[in-house]
Amino acid sequence: MADLRTDFVGIKSPNPFWLASAPPTDKYYNVERAFRAGWGGVVWKTVGEPIVNVTSRYGAVEHNGSRMAGFTNIELISDRPIDVNLREVKQIKREWPDRALVVSLMVPCDEESWKTILADVEDTGADGIELNFGCPHGMSERGMGSAVGQVPDYVEMVTAWCKKHTRMPVIVKLTPNITDIRYPARAARKGNADAVSLINTLASVIGVDLDTMAPLPLVNGKGTHGGYCGPAVKPVALRMVGDLARDPECRGMGISGIGGISTWRDAAEYLSIGADNVQVCTAAMHRGFKIVEDMIDGLSNWMDEKGYRALSDFQGAAVRNYVEWGELDMNYEIVARIDQDLCIKCGLCHVTCEDTSHQSIAALRVDGERRYEVIDEECVGCNLCMYVCPVDGCITMEPVDNGKPYVVWADDPRNPANRAQAAE
Amino acid sequence: MIGESALSAQPDIAAGRLSQAEYARNFDDIKRPLTPQQAPIDASRCYFCYDAPCIEACPTGIDIPSFIRKIATDNVRGAAMDILQANIFGGACARVCPVEELCEEACVRTAQEGKPVNIGLLQRYATDRFFKRGEQPFERAAPTGKRIAVAGGGPAGMSCAHGLARLGHEVTVYEARAKAGGLNEYGIAAYKVIDDFAQRELDFILSVGGITLEFNKALGADISLAGLRRDYDAVFLATGQAGVKALEVEGQALEGVRPAIDYIAELRQAGDLAALPVGRRVVVIGGGNTAIDIAVQTKRLGAEDVTICYRRGPEEMGATWHEQEVAQTSGVRIKHWVRPVRLHGANGHVGSIELEYTKLGDDGRLAGTGDTTTLPADSVFTAIGQILIADPVADGAGEPLDIQGGRIVVNEELQTSLPGVFAGGDCIAGLDLTVQAVEDGKIAARSIHRYLTR
Repeated sequence: MADLRTDFVGIKSPNPFWLASAPPTDKYYNVERAFRAGWGGVVWKTVGEPIVNVTSRYGAVEHNGSRMAGFTNIELISDRPIDVNLREVKQIKREWPDRALVVSLMVPCDEESWKTILADVEDTGADGIELNFGCPHGMSERGMGSAVGQVPDYVEMVTAWCKKHTRMPVIVKLTPNITDIRYPARAARKGNADAVSLINTLASVIGVDLDTMAPLPLVNGKGTHGGYCGPAVKPVALRMVGDLARDPECRGMGISGIGGISTWRDAAEYLSIGADNVQVCTAAMHRGFKIVEDMIDGLSNWMDEKGYRALSDFQGAAVRNYVEWGELDMNYEIVARIDQDLCIKCGLCHVTCEDTSHQSIAALRVDGERRYEVIDEECVGCNLCMYVCPVDGCITMEPVDNGKPYVVWADDPRNPANRAQAAE
Repeated sequence: MIGESALSAQPDIAAGRLSQAEYARNFDDIKRPLTPQQAPIDASRCYFCYDAPCIEACPTGIDIPSFIRKIATDNVRGAAMDILQANIFGGACARVCPVEELCEEACVRTAQEGKPVNIGLLQRYATDRFFKRGEQPFERAAPTGKRIAVAGGGPAGMSCAHGLARLGHEVTVYEARAKAGGLNEYGIAAYKVIDDFAQRELDFILSVGGITLEFNKALGADISLAGLRRDYDAVFLATGQAGVKALEVEGQALEGVRPAIDYIAELRQAGDLAALPVGRRVVVIGGGNTAIDIAVQTKRLGAEDVTICYRRGPEEMGATWHEQEVAQTSGVRIKHWVRPVRLHGANGHVGSIELEYTKLGDDGRLAGTGDTTTLPADSVFTAIGQILIADPVADGAGEPLDIQGGRIVVNEELQTSLPGVFAGGDCIAGLDLTVQAVEDGKIAARSIHRYLTR
C-alpha cells in the first residue's frame, strides 16, 4: 500500500486530499463529517466580517447528460460571526489533530485588520492560513478577493503583513482572472509566502435564462457574474499549476492544486505537473464526501501498480516535459491507423476530417459495405479522428520512423530565421 | 393423447377472466414512452453518424441522426418535422416498426455494444410531444383541379392521400370498413397503439385538408376500378391483403377455428376487453408477427395456455427475435417443428388439434415425420398469411390489371399495368410493413403528381 501522507509546507495530513474553502467547509458540522469520511485536510470557508448572501447562489452546466460539468456560485465569504467560526475551528482541530486545518481569510486591505484576525486564528491551533485573493464576485466589488489578487503589489504587501504577524504557514490563493499567473505568484513569493493555491474560480456567466432574459443564477429577475469551477475548469488550472511549477522565480513555494478535481486520476495529474497536494470542492458538492474513499484508494492502487511508494516518487515528474512550443520536436511524425475489425462504421472520422481538417480519411463502399481508410500522404497526425472515434482503441496514432533527429523550430530548416541561417 | 372425455368436454371460452386492473395493466403500452428526463440522455447516445446506416435501413429514409440531435437540443418541433416530412405515419411507425430488424439493428451501437440507440422510442417522444401542440405544420400547394381516388384507407392509402393533398390535388379515399387506418386501426396488437392513437393520428393527417373519406365503400362491391378510372384523373390502389389463407386440414370448419386477424380486429374495436370471450386453451398456427400478436393478446386476455405451433425452427419464423421474446416473456409457449394435420371436435366445436412433427428432409424440404401429438384447444387461430383478393381490382372493362404471385405488378414509380392506376402497400410485392406502406404511398403521390402534371 502506497504512502499517501503529505507534508505541505510543514502542514501534515494523512493524504493529499483537502476540501477547498467553500460551503462544504463552513462549519463544525460539515467539517466533522468530512473528516469522518476520510478527507486529509480542510481549508475552512473564508472567515472575515460576516456578510449577507442572496438567493439563489449556484448555477451549473450540464453537458450531454452529465450534470455539473461546470459549476458557478455567487456566494460570498462566511455569513457567520468570526468568533463563532474560530471557536468551531479550535474544537475540530482538537478533536482531529491528525488532519490538516487551514483557515481561509479575507479582511479589508489594511495591516491592522490582518494583524488582528491572525492573532485570533493562531489561538485556535489551526495549522495555517490561506489568503483569499481569488473570489471574482461580490467581495471584489468591496476591494477584497480578486481585487487584491489581480494587483501583484497588493499580493506582496498583504502576504508580507501576514508573514510578519504570524508564525503560521501562509498560503496565497490565486485568482485565474489575470493574464499571466506567474506575476501574482512571484509577488506572493516576494512577500515570503510559503505556498500558493490555485486556481480560485473563473469570473463567468454560466448561462442566460431565455424566458426571463437574465443571466443565471437568477436573483429576482437579475443575475450577476459568478465564480466558475468544476470539471470544465481543470485544463485551465493544470496549465497554471504547470506554469508555476516550472517557473524558476517561484521555486521553493508549495503549490496546492485546485480546479475540477473529481477523481484520483485528476489528482495524480495535478501532482505530476507540480502540485504538492490538491483541494476539492465541486465533486464533493455533487456527490457528497464519500467520494474521497475512491480518491484515496484509486491513487494508492495506481501508485502500487506503477511502483511509486510515496507521493514524492512521482510528484512533479511531468514538469520537465511541460515545455514551450518552441522546444517541441518538429520532426516527430505520426499517422492515424484504423483497426477495421473494431470499426463500427459511424463515419465520424471521415466527416470531421473532411469538413474540418485535412481530408485524409476516405469514405469507401466495398461490396456495399462502408469502409473508412486513412490516406497516409494527407494525414498530418493531428489526433482529431482518434478523439471523435467512439470506439476505444479503434483509431490509434502510430509513430512513423522517419529517421530524422529531434529538431526544434529555431533550428528547423523550414524556419526562414533558423539558427544555422542566422549564424551565417 | 387426450382421452375421449376431454375431447367431448364443453369448450371453455369465457369473457371477463381477469380483473379490470389486470386488463388495464396487460393492455397498457408494452414499451413505456420516454420521459423528458430520459429522452435527452437516450438522444445523447447517438453518435450523429456520417452516412448513417440507420437512415439506409429505414424504408422511409428518415434522417434519424438529425431528429435525435434535435431531441438532444430540445428542438422537439424540428425533430418531429424531420420525421413527419419523411413519414407522415411517424407516430404509428415509432410504435409498430420492427426496429430490431431495421434502424436499430443497423445502429452502429448495435455493432459496438449490442445496445442500439432507442430510435423507436425517441421517434415516439418527438412525435407525441409535437402532436400535443395540436399544430398543423403542412401547407397545401395551389389547387390543381385534379381529383384522385384512393382505394383503401390504410397507411399506404392515407400516406398517398396526404402527399397528393399537399401537392394541391383533391383526394377521395374509399375505405371498405367503418373506420380508416387499416391495420393500424384493426390489425396491430392493442398494447402497441394504446389510447386510440391510430384515429388521432388519422385526424392529424386529414387536418391538412383536401382529403374526403368515404366509409363502407369496398372496391369490387360498392365501387369498381372501372368506375374510379372513369370518374377520377388517377387511381391509387392500396387495398392490402384482404383475404386470409385457409388452413386446409380436416376439421377446419369447426366452430372455434378462426383467422387471427378477425379476432384481433374485434379486440381492437372492443370497448370493454372484459366482454371479449377468450378460450382457456388457445392454439395458434403460424410463425409471423400476427401469430405472436394473437398469442400474446389472448394470453393477456386471460387464456391459461397459449401455444404457437410453427412448422419450422425459430430462425425461420417470420416474427422478429424481439417479437418471439415478447411472446415468451408473456408466458406463451412456442412449439417448433410441428404442423397441423387434423382438428378434432365435438358438437361442431373444436376441442383439440392433432399435430405432426416435422423435419427437414435430405433434400432440404420440410417433411412430416409421421409422429403426431395432440393439444387440447378451446380456440384455434390461424395466422398463416393473407392474400390478395383479385376480383375487386379487376377493371371489368376488359383491360387486365397485371397480378403476379398474388400481388399487383408495379414499376419503380408504382404504376400498374393500367394507365393512371398506381398501387402500393401490402397489395404489391415488398416488405409487408406499415413503414413500407407509408413509403409506397409517399412515392406514389409523387408519381401520380408527375403523371398528372406531365
